[in-house]
Amino acid sequence: MIEDVIYLDNNATTKIAPEVVEEMLLFLKENYANPSSIYYLAQNIKKHIETAREKAARLLNAEPSEIIFTSGGTEADNMAIKGIAFANEKKGKHIITSSIEHHAVINTCKYLEKHGFEITYIPVDKYGIVDVDLIKKSIKNDTILISIMYVNNEIGTIEPVAEIGKIAREKGVYFHTDAVQAAGKIKIDVKEQNIDLLSISGHKFHGPKGAGALYIRKGIKIDALLHGGHQENNLRAGTENVAGIIGLGKACEIADEDLKNIKMKSEIKRLRDKLEKGILEKIPKIIVNGHPEKRIDNTLNICIKYIEGESILINLDLEGICASSGSACTSGSLEPSHVLLALGLPHEIAHGSLRFSLSKYTKEKEIDKVLEILPVIVQKLRNLSPFWKKGK
Amino acid sequence: MLQYSDKVMEQFKSMKNAGRIENADGIGKVGNPVCGDVMWIYIKVDENEVITDCKFETFGCVAAIATSSLATELVKGKKIDEAKDITNKRIVELLGGLPKEKFHCSVLAEEGIKKAIEDYKNKKAGK
Ligand SMILES: Cc1ncc(COP(=O)(O)O)c(C=O)c1O
Ligand code: FES
Repeated sequence: MIEDVIYLDNNATTKIAPEVVEEMLLFLKENYANPSSIYYLAQNIKKHIETAREKAARLLNAEPSEIIFTSGGTEADNMAIKGIAFANEKKGKHIITSSIEHHAVINTCKYLEKHGFEITYIPVDKYGIVDVDLIKKSIKNDTILISIMYVNNEIGTIEPVAEIGKIAREKGVYFHTDAVQAAGKIKIDVKEQNIDLLSISGHKFHGPKGAGALYIRKGIKIDALLHGGHQENNLRAGTENVAGIIGLGKACEIADEDLKNIKMKSEIKRLRDKLEKGILEKIPKIIVNGHPEKRIDNTLNICIKYIEGESILINLDLEGICASSGSACTSGSLEPSHVLLALGLPHEIAHGSLRFSLSKYTKEKEIDKVLEILPVIVQKLRNLSPFWKKGK
Repeated sequence: MLQYSDKVMEQFKSMKNAGRIENADGIGKVGNPVCGDVMWIYIKVDENEVITDCKFETFGCVAAIATSSLATELVKGKKIDEAKDITNKRIVELLGGLPKEKFHCSVLAEEGIKKAIEDYKNKKAGK
């Protein structure tokens, strides 16, 4: 990426850490053997894969044997939900999820509906927190799985996973959480939080794209998605993406260290808060989305009333600033983001949504630049809006 | 994000004719049934029925802004009977195409101009 680009779209993906690239290169170049082979060259690679597994396990307080490597968050979500569904369909065909899940979860559930499963979509409040009472009440004799995301990717709201985990465990229902936006950002403890299955994705925390993992608590049986060789304990056939796995492991190791780095964590929050406060001071008629406190430190999602997200994004892009929007105009689907609608926002407000997501690489001068440029863009577009004058 | 042609980006950046005309002779207010976006077109017409000025305001996307920027440019200096034959297809052609999900945005400009001319005629007839 070009040096002077201001990258504030870290919930879409992150810059890969140089240390991660370095480790991966060894496995793209010299260490090319197939880890399933018998000779030393291959067995040595196998050992590195197991080390990566230990690192991933440590980030989640899981056991290495509970980690299955996948091609990313989407595959981990699919594997967890379909895997539990097809392994338990004799026991029941009811699954509980939320209305603000990532499409990797929602569309997997929709697919299962076509195969005779019944899905309950639990609504959220205006901050995006799921209704835990309703989850509890929705559990039936044939409920086999609850899948609720750890952190929402659009608004950054942190869901009460420990509470849900406790309920699920008490009722004997499996609990999966999509922790793609949580891993590396907040401390996850699958044991303490009673989590049965959990998805992570490397590229969301400075690891490589196309590498992720599913944690499956010891003793839980799931059906495989991919059938073939014996890799990944027979659960994920196919020759391993060795460099990807090594990179993911390294990213987990760094993330684990970074989590203990209070200074680094509070700096991300300080910059996010500065951005939020600055925007609210400089631009009138702004709505901040997500929970005021239970929100991941790197995310700011706002709605800028009377204007439309795509025009804002393109104007920002012309200034070298990368952000994202849940506006219908950017989705290609003509519907604003399902997450913003689930918060109860009307269509025209959701249209003006803008998301900034920071990382440890974000610099203060980048935030200052946004605070300088965004008000100008907003003013320009509002001057063009037939609604603005009336709203004034 | 969708891929826009250079011409679209040019129009979007220039935003020619963005704004409103006070005391306009005709105003066309249209909404896009597909996405819910909105476009207002203002025209100024002289005694020879020539459009002397045309501006737009929109709550719409990049494609909506680019198409109306070009469309307002096209009708300026034209007689209203000529101007009302403007089509979104022609506008899109001149812009070097639009992503297919964005084709519907171009109808706002066409309909806005037609409505504004209609509004002008109604006002005149009412006089
Ligand atoms: C919450 C959430 N789940 C799943 C995914 C999908 O992950 P991946 O891109 O690794 O397939 C993403 C990323 O887009 C996400 O934000
Ligand atoms: S005008 Fe609504 S998406 Fe383009």
